[in-house]
Amino acid sequence: MISERSSVPPADAAAKYEAVIGIECHVELKTASKMFCGCPNAFGGEPNTQVCPVCLALPGALPVPNAAAIEHMIRAGLAFDCAIPAFSKFDRKNYFYPDMPKDYQISQYDMPLTQGGVVRYWLADGTLRECRLTRIHLEEDTGKSTHAGSGDGRIAGSTYSLVDFNRAGVPLMECVSDPDIRSADEAVAFLDALKRTFVQLGISDVKMEEGSLRCDANVSLRLRGAAEYGTKTEIKNMNSFRSVHRAIQSEIERQTGLLERGERIIQETRGWDEAGGVTHSMRSKEKAHDYRYFPDPDLVPMEIDAATVERVRAALPELPIARYERYVDAYKLSVAQATQLVDNASLAEYFDRAVDSAKSPAGVLNFVLGDLSRLANESGIEVAHSKVTPEALAELVALTDAKTINSKVAKDVLVRLWNDGGSAKAIVQADGLAQVSDPAAVGAFVDAALAANPKSVADFAAGKENALKFLIGQVMKASRGTANPALVETVLRDRMR
Amino acid sequence: MSADDLLFTSGARAIARSVNRRERSAADIAEAVRVALPERDRDLGAYLTLTPDLMRQHARRVDERIAAGETLPLAGVPVAIKDNMCLRGTRTTCGSKMLENWIAPYTATAVGRLLAAGALPIGKTNMDEFAMGSSCENSALRTTRNPYDFDRVPGGSSGGSAAAVGAELATLALGSDTGGSIREPAAFCNVVGFKPTYGRVSRYGLIAFASSLDQIGPFARTVEDAALAYDAIAGYDPLDATSLNAPNEPTADALRTDLRGMRVGIVKEFGTADLGPAIHAAYAQAYADLAALGAELVEVELPTAKYGLATYYLIAPAECSSNLARFDGVRYGLRVDGADVGEMYEKTRAAGFGDEVKRRILIGTYALSSGYYDAYYVKAQKARTAIADDFKRAFARCDLIASPAASTPAFTFNAKSDPVAMYLMDYYTIPVSLAGLPALSVPCGAVVPEDGTRPMPLGLQLAAPLFSERLLLGAAHAYERATQHALKLPRPQIAKAP
Repeated sequence: MISERSSVPPADAAAKYEAVIGIECHVELKTASKMFCGCPNAFGGEPNTQVCPVCLALPGALPVPNAAAIEHMIRAGLAFDCAIPAFSKFDRKNYFYPDMPKDYQISQYDMPLTQGGVVRYWLADGTLRECRLTRIHLEEDTGKSTHAGSGDGRIAGSTYSLVDFNRAGVPLMECVSDPDIRSADEAVAFLDALKRTFVQLGISDVKMEEGSLRCDANVSLRLRGAAEYGTKTEIKNMNSFRSVHRAIQSEIERQTGLLERGERIIQETRGWDEAGGVTHSMRSKEKAHDYRYFPDPDLVPMEIDAATVERVRAALPELPIARYERYVDAYKLSVAQATQLVDNASLAEYFDRAVDSAKSPAGVLNFVLGDLSRLANESGIEVAHSKVTPEALAELVALTDAKTINSKVAKDVLVRLWNDGGSAKAIVQADGLAQVSDPAAVGAFVDAALAANPKSVADFAAGKENALKFLIGQVMKASRGTANPALVETVLRDRMR
Repeated sequence: MSADDLLFTSGARAIARSVNRRERSAADIAEAVRVALPERDRDLGAYLTLTPDLMRQHARRVDERIAAGETLPLAGVPVAIKDNMCLRGTRTTCGSKMLENWIAPYTATAVGRLLAAGALPIGKTNMDEFAMGSSCENSALRTTRNPYDFDRVPGGSSGGSAAAVGAELATLALGSDTGGSIREPAAFCNVVGFKPTYGRVSRYGLIAFASSLDQIGPFARTVEDAALAYDAIAGYDPLDATSLNAPNEPTADALRTDLRGMRVGIVKEFGTADLGPAIHAAYAQAYADLAALGAELVEVELPTAKYGLATYYLIAPAECSSNLARFDGVRYGLRVDGADVGEMYEKTRAAGFGDEVKRRILIGTYALSSGYYDAYYVKAQKARTAIADDFKRAFARCDLIASPAASTPAFTFNAKSDPVAMYLMDYYTIPVSLAGLPALSVPCGAVVPEDGTRPMPLGLQLAAPLFSERLLLGAAHAYERATQHALKLPRPQIAKAP
C-alpha cells in the first residue's frame, strides 16, 4: 500500500478546482426475513445461527423474493421521484468470494426496480441542493469474513478465515447517484437526506456502525467552469458520516496537490485510513471485472403494476424535505431547529399535532426543543411516548401565550404533566395557578414579604439591588408563582420608595 | 415366481391397493426389498446409496397411517430417487466426487411429496455427474448397466433410475430431465419416462444443472403408474419461485383407451430414414398404431428445431457455469487445501469435477463473458423463443407430437467418446425441453443393434402443449394398452452371465 500524506494546498489552488463527487451506497433494508429465504433479518446473533439451506447456498436450495423488500424499494423510489418501471428482473453477478455462498450475488443489472430520480437536500446554511440518482436496485448482502492467525485481523499474514453467514441474504438496496455533489459538506448533507428519508419511510435503520449503511465515493477534480470530468478515484472504507467528510476532503486536497504539481490522477480504488487521516491506494482499476451478469433463471421477472405503485404512494408519509420546507417557510423555524425536528420524526409528528391544536408554532417549539426535550433526555422516554399529550402541551402554550400563567408556572405544570399526565387547564384551575395581576392581591403578598424581611428592606434602602431580587423571590414563593412578576417588582419598588 | 418376485414385478397401483386394504404391510415390503436389493443391484449398479433404515421408518409410518384409517395413493410402493435430489440425512452425491460424502440436511419438495403419499425410499440412484450426460458413463462413482444388455449403457443422465425400474429393482423412480435425461434412459431401459411441463413439479431440493430447463419426473413400467407418481409430486411449491401457481390437475383418472378425435403431429424435420431400416420401420409402425387407435396423423413443421442442440448447449452450460460455482470447498463437499483461497478453489474444483462438467462450465463461462454474451447467450435465448413459437404453431394443427425419444437404442460403453456424438442422442428431446413442454417416452418396440445380438428397446416420444399432462398421459396409456411393447422383450437381466 502506498501512503501519500497530503498537505493542504493553498487557498487559491483550492479555488481553482471544482470537486465532482458521486456517491454509491448500500443500505440494508428493514424486513422481518431475508431477501430470498425465511431466516430472520436481524443484526448480530451467534455466528451462523440465522441461516438455512437457501442463504447457505446448499445444493438444491432456491431463492424466493421477499415481497416486503420490493415494496420498500418502490417506497424509496417514489420518495425521490424515481421512475418505477413496469418490469424489473433479478440478475446474477458472478464472482468467487468465500463469504458469498452461491459465488454469485443476486442483484439487478439492466432492469433495476427504480431509475432516475432526484434527492433534494439542504446544507447547514439553509441552501437547497439537488443530486440526481442514477438508479436504486435491490440485491442481497454477503456474509462476513474474519481473518485469524495474523493478530491484527487483516487478511495478510492470516492463517485461516472464519465466515459468518448470518448477514448473507439480507436485503440490500444500492443507491447510485449522479456526480452532482461538489463538496464534502454536500456529500454528508446528501447522505443525511438519504438516511432521514429511509428512516422516515421505515425501510431501514441506516446505522453505519452496524453496517446497515455502507458507502463509497467517487471523487474527481476539474478546473472551475470546465465541462469535462477529470479522472476519478473511488474511496472505500468510510465508517461514519464524519469519516466520509474527512475522506472526501482529504482526497480533494490530495488530488489538488497532484494537479498543482502537474502530476496525473490515476484511476484507482483508495481506502480511507481513519487513524492516519489519508487515503491509500488499494488497487488500480486496470480492467473492469467481468461479472458475467445474466438473468437469474431461478426467479421470474417482476411485474410492478400501477395499482401497487399507487397504493404505496398513497401510504407515503410526509417526506423530510417537505416537512423541512414547511417548517422553514410556513413556521419560520431556523435551519437548525427545522433540522432537529425533521431528524426526529416522532418528535416532529408530536410537534405538528401540538401546533394543530395550539396554532402557535413558536410557543410549541420552545417547549418541544426546550423543556420537553430536556425531560426526555433525562428520563430516556421519548417525548412522543411521554404522558404529555400534544393536546395538553397545546393548552399549556395557549395558557402561556395568553399570560394566564407565567413561564415559571408553565415549567412546573409541564413537569406535572410529564409525571402524571392530564390537562394543563385542569391543573391550573384546580391549583389556582392562574397569574395574579390584581394590584390589591399582589400588594397583600408584597406587604407580607416586607414585614417578614426587614433586613432586606434595609439592605435595599442602602442601595443593594440584590435585596430586591430576594424580595421578589419571596413574593413569588408565597404566591406559589402565580403573582405577575413585573407587577410584583413595580409594587415592591413603590412600597420601598 | 416367489412372493418377492411378485412384489418387484407388481405395479404401483396394485401394491398400494394391497397395502391400503391391509393385505400386506408396508413393513413386509420394506423388509423384502431390504433383503433382496443389495444382491440384485450388485452387477446392475443402479444405486449409489441404499437407505434400508429410512425405508423401514417410512414403512412403519405408512402402516400406522393406514391403521388410522388413511388411504395413501402410493402406500408401500418402493421407489428409487435420482441422486441429485436431497433426502434429509442421506448422502446426496450428484454422481460427483465433489459431493461424494455430502449428507443432505433437508428433503426436496418432490421427494417429500412422494414419501408423504406412502412411497418407501429404497435408495439413491446413479447418474451422469451433475446430470450432464446421456449414458450414465459420466458418473464419477459407479457404472450402471443396461438391464437388457450388460454391455450397454442405461442412458442418462437419470440412468440409475431408469435401470432400477427397468430391471424391477424399484416400482417407481424419480429422475430429472434437462434436455432428455428422463426420456432417453426410459427408452433405453424399456420403461415409461415422463417429463412434466416446466414448473409443474417443484425444483426445490433438486441440485441444479440448468435452472430454466431442469424438471423432475417419474419413471414407471406403465403409463398408469407414471401418472400416479406424477399426481403425487406435482403442484405449486412456495419454495420454488418458478413453480406454477395453479390448481393441480390429477392425471391418473384421465387415462384413455383410444385416440379417436385426436390429431397426432409427425414432424417433417424429424424423419427417421437416417436411423437405419429397422428403426425406421419401428417408428413407422408406431405411427401406424397411433392411427389405428383412431388418431389422425398430420405432418407438422418445426423449422427451427435443428437449432435446438446448439441453443441448448449455450443456455444449459451458461446456467450451469453459475449454478456450479457454489461448489467451492468453503462450506461443504470436497475441499483440497491450497496456499490461499484462490488456490483452494482451483484445486478443489479441479479434483471434484469430471471432464464433462468442466467442459460445460468452460463453455458457459465463455458464452456469458463480456463481448460474447450477445453473440451467444442472447442469441440462444432468441432461438429458444423461436423454437417455442414453432411448437405453438405446430400445436395449432395437432394435439400431440410423436417422434423418436432417442436417436439410437442403447449403445455400448465407450461408444460415444466424442462429446458431440453423445449430445446428438438428445436431438429429439432437446427442442421439447427448450419449449418447456410436457413429454414422455413410452416403449414402442425393439431392434437388434448392428453391434449386438439382443433386441434393445426403443422409445416413442409424445409431446403435448404446455400444461397438457392429462391429455398426454391419457393418450400414452391408450397406445401402451394397445401395443404392450414393454412386455414383449425377454425378462431384464439383473446379474452378469456366469
